[in-house]
Order: sequence, then structure tokens, then C-alpha cells
Amino acid sequence: MSQILDAYRGLKLGDRWDGAPQWVRRVGLLLVIAFAFYLPFLNILPFAYIRTDLSSSGSDWASVLFLVVIYMIVAVGLNVVIGLAGLLDLGYVGFYALGAYSVALFGSTSSPVVEALQSRFGLSEEWAVPFAICIPIAILIALMAGVVLGAPTLRLRGDYLAIVTLGFGEIIRITARNLDGVTNGATGITGVPVPPGPEIDGRAFFNTIDAERWYWLALTILLVLIWMAFRLEHSRVGRAWLAIREDEDAAAIMGVAAFKYKLWAFAIGATLGGLAGLLFGSKQQYVEPNAFMVNLSFLFVAMVVIGGSGNVYGVLLGAFLLTYLPERFREFQEWRPFAFGVALVLVMILRPQGLVPSRRRAREFEDRKVDAEEAAADA
Amino acid sequence: MDWNNLLSGLDRHTLDGITRGSIYALVALGYTMVYGVMKLINFAHSEVFMVGTWTVLGVYTLIGATTGMGVGMIILASLLALVAAMLASAATALAVERIAYRPLRKKGAPPLIFLITGIGCSMVLVETFGQVLKAFFGPPFGRVLVDIPVVLPTKVLFTIPGIDLRIENTHVIIIFGAIFMMVALDTFVNKSRLGRGVRAVAQDPDTASLMGVNRERVIMLVFVLGGAMAGVAALLYTIEYDFTKFDVGFLIGLKAFTAAVLGGIGNLRGALVGGLLLGIVEVYGSALWDSSWTNVFAFVVLVLVLMFRPTGLLGESLGKARA
Repeated sequence: MSQILDAYRGLKLGDRWDGAPQWVRRVGLLLVIAFAFYLPFLNILPFAYIRTDLSSSGSDWASVLFLVVIYMIVAVGLNVVIGLAGLLDLGYVGFYALGAYSVALFGSTSSPVVEALQSRFGLSEEWAVPFAICIPIAILIALMAGVVLGAPTLRLRGDYLAIVTLGFGEIIRITARNLDGVTNGATGITGVPVPPGPEIDGRAFFNTIDAERWYWLALTILLVLIWMAFRLEHSRVGRAWLAIREDEDAAAIMGVAAFKYKLWAFAIGATLGGLAGLLFGSKQQYVEPNAFMVNLSFLFVAMVVIGGSGNVYGVLLGAFLLTYLPERFREFQEWRPFAFGVALVLVMILRPQGLVPSRRRAREFEDRKVDAEEAAADA
Repeated sequence: MDWNNLLSGLDRHTLDGITRGSIYALVALGYTMVYGVMKLINFAHSEVFMVGTWTVLGVYTLIGATTGMGVGMIILASLLALVAAMLASAATALAVERIAYRPLRKKGAPPLIFLITGIGCSMVLVETFGQVLKAFFGPPFGRVLVDIPVVLPTKVLFTIPGIDLRIENTHVIIIFGAIFMMVALDTFVNKSRLGRGVRAVAQDPDTASLMGVNRERVIMLVFVLGGAMAGVAALLYTIEYDFTKFDVGFLIGLKAFTAAVLGGIGNLRGALVGGLLLGIVEVYGSALWDSSWTNVFAFVVLVLVLMFRPTGLLGESLGKARA
């Protein structure tokens, strides 16, 4: 194992990439993106083995790809919270659920909220909030939840935040299940709206059958978000997060308003979680409380820290591995949470910086290790 | 809001709340001691409790304990289960410390990493009972509710005259068992030589090690003590609720942690106060509203405490807790 890792380090992929001429990088990037868009139709033999629908019991390949991209959006958002600002958020599924539920509550004709609005304002039975307006509503609700949750807890020690967010994720689910009059309780809401589009073959552009269109939509959004995440990371805000993560007291002395920036990170993370949930709910066209169990939060955290928190490429890899592998090897699906637990412990002990760490983060760990060893030698 | 329901049964609700709260308080001790010494939330502690409940079931199954045994057998079975649960929970807590936390301490990893390995351990333990053992042995393991034999039948001991409050034997055993264990632990930490070491490390780890306190040994000790308390809590829990499940620890853990924060994390007496208060708040809350919201109350209490008094009711610090 360590030999493989050494060989991988010897390649210095990151340095080579940075050292390559700009046109090589541009072409390379375009090729990768083009390949990603082509993936649903992948049928060239040696590569086609990665498809999940080779056997008849396998899951639909395009749907799996869609889920992978949704979780990648989640991972990019959670990476802002965990990787950049160093806050452990264990209730991310709450924001994800809020996004899915907002689009369902305001956009579906069968939701109690829309029915109440219809009777209050005397609107027709087919009326519901248009999809385009559901997006800002969902984002706003997730954002507000992030601020409301973050404001009292971000002033405290980081480990309190973990517990409070853990409770929050559970509360959102319990509330969705108990508030029969608003969310239809455990029955869930059907008829969640889909993005508008031209009809093809007598079906709406975005329907439940042609999953690759959903995949392309989500992939486009993901690419924009990745670009934004990179810009953010290297902005003034990104540098502030970095300083807070490494030493909050020192950062505060240098004039970084720690609380403000932590709240920013939390709110941005919440927004991306809500957006991912919105896409998920819209594709399913159905939301129910049990789709948002607390285990999903642990999966999200696992994606970020196993992949390499702080590095966008790392968390993308983490999201891909932890979503794709269980789908490809469905016969072991029952073992999934156990495998995640073992992987979390092993990766954190053997390689705490994650599989593909950010260089700065890896150096931080190296520094701390040297400090600890020196302290042990002194003692 | 159903004030009538709450007020008419106030005495009964209070008794239920105290019973429930005693169990929270015992589990909260594990969080609070580890926090006091290491400044770390041991996420796997809820699973330490869960292992205890399964051990009780295992002991009852092994000795063939059922409902309706003689008094002698009841006492024997319960004591065996108690000892086994304490040992199993303490061993689990120690294993978590060895596997998940010690290697990280050696590397000087940031606090976030400790939390993540704790969560990983918690998932592994939950899945061990939910999936791994099921694959090897089949039922009762798995993701279903498992009944535990009612070894101690519920009996009304006496009725408090005037308010007509019936006190059952299970109430008495749970409340007094929990309080006895807490007093014993408090005395141990405050009076014994080992306990002085625990307080010293909680106050100032560096100075403590200069004074000859072995920090690693103190850490092991608090994990073992916290685990043993969770084992006692597990037995009391099975007396009250007669079942266990692979994820029984999750909610108990969340509430016990809330109790610890409510009383002041790192403060042993705070755990007792916080646990009892939380139990009462929960029962009152379910009487006022609807019991399907019970689990929300603990969370609301936690957020309110963190907003208005983050150091808890009695203030934190194991180090300064003196008689």
C-alpha cells in the first residue's frame, strides 16, 4: 500500500499539471468535461465495465451518474464548511431536505401549502409556484436555516456545532414527518415540478425516464459551482477561512472577523446543500421524510474527509467513490454503512489529510506531526 | 397545548421524568468525564451504551432468564447482567480510545479528526450489531427491535397517599441505582488518589504530567469509568423499556450529551442535574404537546442552553469540582 502511495507521489501529478503550458491545460480540461458529458452513452468495451447496468438487476446508469453529480454538489458545498472553514457540520442532510421540500411544497399542485394559497387567493387548481421561482425560494430557505442555526452556535467551540447540527438534521426530518398539515407527513408529496423544456417524443424534456438529461443539467450546474468554489477559495473570504481554520485566535488578532466569516461559510454550504436537494427532489418528483435519514449526513461527511477535505478535486473523488462503488457492487449494499465506518477510521488514522489532499492541508498535518513528535521526544 | 393533561398528572409525569433523566445522567457522565480530561466529545459513547444493552440481552439468554422467576434468581440474573454490561461497555470504550483516539494523539491531529474517527467508530459499532453479526449468526441481530425478557416484573411498591401516586419497584431501582452510582463516582473522583490524578489532568495536563501523573493512564481510566457507567445505564434502560436495537444509542447519546451540556460539560454533578432536568422537560413536553415531538425538545433545550448559558447551569470543569 505504502509503495503504491510512494509511486503515486513520485509522479507529482499536481506539479506536472501546474507546470504544463496553458493550452495543454485548457485542452485537457475540455477533454475531461467532454468525456463527462459523454459518460451516459459510454459503450467502448474495456471502459464499459464501469457501467452499473451490465447485469439486469443493476441500477440505471444515467440515474447513478445523476446521483453521483448531486452528491458531488453536496461535497463541494460541504467542503466549504468542513474543508475551508474547518467547521464540522453533521446535519447537512437537513439543508438537503429543506431544498427538496421547498421545491415540493411551493411547486407541486398537490402540496398543502399550494392548496392553501389556491383557496386563499381564489386561484385555479392547476396553479402552483413556477419552477423558476421555486429555485430562489429553496435557496433562500436553506440560506436562512443556515444563518439561524449558525448564529447561536458558531460563537462556541467547534465540537458543540457538530452536535447541534446533528440534532438539526434529525429535527428537520421529524418535523417533515409530524407536520401533516404542511408536508403531508410520512406520505410525502408527489408531483414535484421539473424544469421547463421543449417536449420530445411526446414527453416533457425533463421526465422520469430520460435520466441523462437530468445528468447533463446537474453536471452543468456542478461545473459552474466548481468554478465558483475555486474563485471563492482564492478570494479574500477564502484566505480568511484558511486563517480561521489554522488558528482562530491568531486570525482574530490579525483582524479577521472570525464569526462573520464562519457564518458566511455555513450559509454558503447550506445554500449548496439546498440546491442539491432541490435537484434531487425535482428529479424524483416525489419527496418523503425517510429519504433524509441521518446516515446521509455521515455519508456526506465521509465523502469530504475521505476524498481530502479542503481540495475540490479530492472531495469530487470522494463523492464519486462513495456513491458509485455501492451502486456498482449492489450485492454488498447492506454492508455499505459498515464499510464507510471502517473507511473513515482507517483513512483518518493512516492518512488524515484524505486520499487527494490539498497541498497546504497536507503540509499542516506534516507540521503538526513533527510538533507532536518533538513534544514526545522532549517529554 | 394540553395544560390540563400536564397538570392533572403532574406527579406522575415528574416521576417518569426523573426515571428517564436518571438514565440520561448516567450516560452523560461518560461524555462529561472524557470532555473534562481530553476536551473531546466522544461520539462513540452512545454505542458504548448500546453494547451494554446487548450484553444484558446476551446474559439473560445465556442463563435462560425469563419472566416469573423467584426473587433469588431475579437478583442473581440482574447482578450478572449488571457486571457483564459494565465490563462490556468499559471494554468497548477502552477499545474505541485505543483504536480511534490514541494514534491521533500521537500525531497531534486537529480536533476535527478526533470527531470524525469517533463517528467512524460509532458507525462500525452500530453496523456490527445491525449487519455484521446478523450475517454470521442471524437473529436476534439485525436492523429490528429485539425484545429483552422482563426479568424484573413491574410491581406497585406503595402508593403515596393524598396525591395517589403509585411508586413502582422499577422506578425505585432506576432512580436509586443511578444516584448511588453517581455518588460513588463523585466520591471516587474527589477523594481517591486516582481521582486526584483525573482532576489534575483536567485542570492542566502539562503541569499534571510534571507532577508525575501519567496522562495516558488517566485517559484510559476515564474511558473505563465512563463506559462502566454507560453499562449501568444500559441495565437500567432494559429494566424500564424491555427492548434494544442496533441504533438504540443514537437518541440516548444525543440526549445524554444535551444533559451534560445543560448541567455544564466536564462537571460530574452537572450531569446529574442536567439529566434529571432534561428528563422532566421531555416528559412535560410530551404531555403538553404530542409524544411524536419528544425528540425535538431535547434539541430545543440544547440550542437554548448554548445560546444563553453555554457553560451550563453549574458551570464546566472537572478540575475545579471539589467537595
